[in-house]
Amino acid sequence: MRPLTEEETRVMFEKIAKYPPFALSIGENLQLLVDRPDGTYCFRLHNDRVYYVSEKIMKLAANISGDKLVSLGTCFGKFTKTHKFRLHITALDYLAPYAKYKVWIKPGAEQSFLYGNHVLKSGLGRITENTSQYQGVVVYSMADIPLGFGVAAKSTQDCRKVDPMAIVVFHQADIGEYVRHEETLT
Amino acid sequence: MGRKLDPTKKEKRGPGRKARKQKGAETELARFLPAAGDENSKRLSSRARKRAAKRKLGSAEGPKMNKSPGAKPLPGKLPKGISAGVVQTPRKKGPQSFLNTARGKKRPAPTHSSEEEEESEEDGVGNQGDLWGSEDSDADMRDDYGADSNSENEDEDEGEELLPIERAAQKQKAQEAVAGGQWIEEETDEEEEISPESGPKKDDEPDGGLQINVDEEEPFVLPPAGEMEQDAQPPDLQRVHKRIQDIVAVLRDFGTQREEGRSRSEYLHRLRKDLAIYYSYGDFLLGKLMDLFPLSELVEFLEANEVPRPITLRTNTLKTRRRDLAQALINRGVNLDPLGKWSKTGLVVYDSSVPIGATPEYLAGHYMLQGASSMLPVMALAPQEHERVLDMCCAPGGKTSYIAQLMKNTGVILANDANAERLKSVVGNLHRLGVTNTIVSHYDGRQFPKVVGGFDRVLLDAPCSGTGIISKDPAVKTNKDEKDVLRCAHLQKELLLSAIDSVNATSKTGGYLVYCTCSIMVEENEWVVDYALKKRNVRLVPTGLDFGQEGFTRFRERRFHPTLRSTRRFYPHTHNMDGFFIAKFKKFSNSIPQSQTGDSAASTPAEVDLPDLKAQVTPKPENSSQPAKRARVAVKAKQQLHPKKATFRKQNGVSKGADSELSALSSVTKARASSKLQDSSQPAVKAEVITEPKVLGKLKQQSPKLQSSKKAAFPKHSAPPKGTDTAAPAMLSSRTQATLKPEDRAQPLGDAKGAEKVKQQLSEQPFKKAPFQKENGTPKGTKTSTMFPLSSSQPPPAKRRKSQSRGSSQPLLS
Repeated sequence: MRPLTEEETRVMFEKIAKYPPFALSIGENLQLLVDRPDGTYCFRLHNDRVYYVSEKIMKLAANISGDKLVSLGTCFGKFTKTHKFRLHITALDYLAPYAKYKVWIKPGAEQSFLYGNHVLKSGLGRITENTSQYQGVVVYSMADIPLGFGVAAKSTQDCRKVDPMAIVVFHQADIGEYVRHEETLT
Repeated sequence: MGRKLDPTKKEKRGPGRKARKQKGAETELARFLPAAGDENSKRLSSRARKRAAKRKLGSAEGPKMNKSPGAKPLPGKLPKGISAGVVQTPRKKGPQSFLNTARGKKRPAPTHSSEEEEESEEDGVGNQGDLWGSEDSDADMRDDYGADSNSENEDEDEGEELLPIERAAQKQKAQEAVAGGQWIEEETDEEEEISPESGPKKDDEPDGGLQINVDEEEPFVLPPAGEMEQDAQPPDLQRVHKRIQDIVAVLRDFGTQREEGRSRSEYLHRLRKDLAIYYSYGDFLLGKLMDLFPLSELVEFLEANEVPRPITLRTNTLKTRRRDLAQALINRGVNLDPLGKWSKTGLVVYDSSVPIGATPEYLAGHYMLQGASSMLPVMALAPQEHERVLDMCCAPGGKTSYIAQLMKNTGVILANDANAERLKSVVGNLHRLGVTNTIVSHYDGRQFPKVVGGFDRVLLDAPCSGTGIISKDPAVKTNKDEKDVLRCAHLQKELLLSAIDSVNATSKTGGYLVYCTCSIMVEENEWVVDYALKKRNVRLVPTGLDFGQEGFTRFRERRFHPTLRSTRRFYPHTHNMDGFFIAKFKKFSNSIPQSQTGDSAASTPAEVDLPDLKAQVTPKPENSSQPAKRARVAVKAKQQLHPKKATFRKQNGVSKGADSELSALSSVTKARASSKLQDSSQPAVKAEVITEPKVLGKLKQQSPKLQSSKKAAFPKHSAPPKGTDTAAPAMLSSRTQATLKPEDRAQPLGDAKGAEKVKQQLSEQPFKKAPFQKENGTPKGTKTSTMFPLSSSQPPPAKRRKSQSRGSSQPLLS
């Protein structure tokens, strides 16, 4: 476990900031996520994964030898072999509140999305105004439960016009992966 | 136009004459088919039967001829017709089972065009199958008929068959006597006994017959030596079940309902086998269960294990409230209710139209599927905010996440598990549920205080034999045996000691440890807790759970610390949750008690003792007792002790012989039972010694020790099991025992003689430190733990062991 290097930090925050739904700039990211009211948080790198954890916990975790440490705090994502940063669904809870563009889907379409399918027009409930095409979005259920990330396939205007079987949101990540892809989480 | 309607001519109802006669090819062929024995329990298809008949015809015409001629004339008459049918059908059925017909239970489906009698007769016929060739077919047929109806069916009282039945029964009896053990003895016993007796009675009082049957059955409980052979045939479950109920009823009121000449143990033995057959349990586990539960509860417990427990879930209060979650799930079509007033977050699911483990709420982490009994240890632990908590065996993460939600994501939780595969599910669950204050690690729990310690609270959900969750995993019924239980117990003891050492006793808000298992075995529960009490500065405190059964303070020959009453046991049949055991400890001092070194340095005395013991042991009569002890030990039910002893033996050589003596001595020597590492070896020895003496009981030598131990006035867990743990140190302290002896003697409980003494010696394990000793309260009679107080320096009064102890103890003590 070690702190992130400058380079890695930059790559990660760029990804987060640029990740379409989020209305954060890099600076804001840093501030909001690190200085929280309940303590200082930090990012740590362990086995190519980035963990977001409070400092208190990090101190305790420092006692644990590297090969025995499995996880700490929340995993945000991992760095691939080519040092690109890949965001995981586990970061959803932290990032969803910052989303600017949201899509709500109907109850019937929830299951389908949670299985990894794209969202069709027939399943679309609401969509934020002014969503442009290929804009990143956060997908919610009608009960305002965040379900995952997606990319808008059509702008808001187009969504009104297309036929019910057309795809309106491309699936990127969903919470069904907790069950489907358990192994990749560790 | 057809036939003119003629009202005077009445239509014959029922099967006609010919119908009886013509049962079809199969029944006809049954005549030629070999008797029951030939095709053992193999139902043949019709073509197969024809082929078999052909074969038989070809091979054995002579004998068959006898039968067929016999059979043929019969069809002519009605009664005969029946018997013919009877004759035929039994044959067919013969192979199938005596079982089927027994007691009017399942009737084999085929070929019973007519009456049940035929089916019942199968029993008789089956039995007599072997005798087909030899007997007079007519007589046989009649016999069968009668025998069957007599034996099984009250319903079948048919006046007309009475007389022939009686005759048949007697004939059958004679035949069976001649035939010997050709068929399952049990069956024959039943039938034989029942047929003659029940026959005459049957007509008169069907109800009486029922009771008669009950009584009659008892005789078969004691079959001749060949009882086991009955397993050659597949058991008839219905009959077995009925027998179980009958035996339980008899045993409930043994004095009046017993069969003359049959002992209780015979009934119990029979019941045990029947339970094993009916519920598919292995012998070891069933024996253990019979020790744990009274008979009525035992059957309930076994029944409860066949049925799964209701699905329960726990609301994740980090993300939602129970009310909201219930509403959302109900909208999805789930039928649920709050779990009970003891839980604020639990919900029980009755049925659901959507998969409960895949709803969007589940995936969003609003709830966790968790057994009701798994929520209890966390409630008992009661973690506070901003504490440091360790969960030593956390997979799959249900309890860890519950701890986190109670702490509201503050503080730190270290979730550890030794199994890397299951850690993945821990990580997944924690992320899903939004737990952020947790570190997940992959250590063997026994490494714990070394890696990091000083926790405010520790939860240890130890790996166990799983006898409480048989309904989830039926394989436990057969694949657990003594070794597994002992191995689990050993591991649990080690883990528990590590966990205790990881707790910071001086914590401002904590200092608590909860130990729980999903097992109902005393070896894994009370015994382990008792061991810890002796070895460490901990005491048991109330769990805060107001329901559940109290843990045992004594069980068979073991005696546990009285505070074990504050532990809780849960059973599937009483609480409708998985079997569970929960114990909550408070650590009051961070120091680790030394093993019995008594007042002197902890380790040295022990070590000193050891050599002394060894020396003394050899000369002592103990040696002689050793073999006895060994034998006892081997015999001992406490196998758990064995592994310990074994190791100790090696270490301590003398332990064997010294056991008896040592026990006494040891108790004396180490008041502070807690075994340090150094002591551990010794204690081990002592444990052995102690335990052994217990086993030996007979050893008089030990009796003096026992008395002394009694003196200890520390209730000490008398049970030998404790002995092992504490015994070892005690043993070592046996020398010191000598010193203690005077004290002991003062209080000899008198009754501690022989066995008692032995027990005491075992119990003497002074493991528990003084505080515990006091807590233990008054020594319970003979059994009370013979905790020896700190070994006093006075030379132990010469007890019986004088020769032994004195020699050994004196030098050591002084």
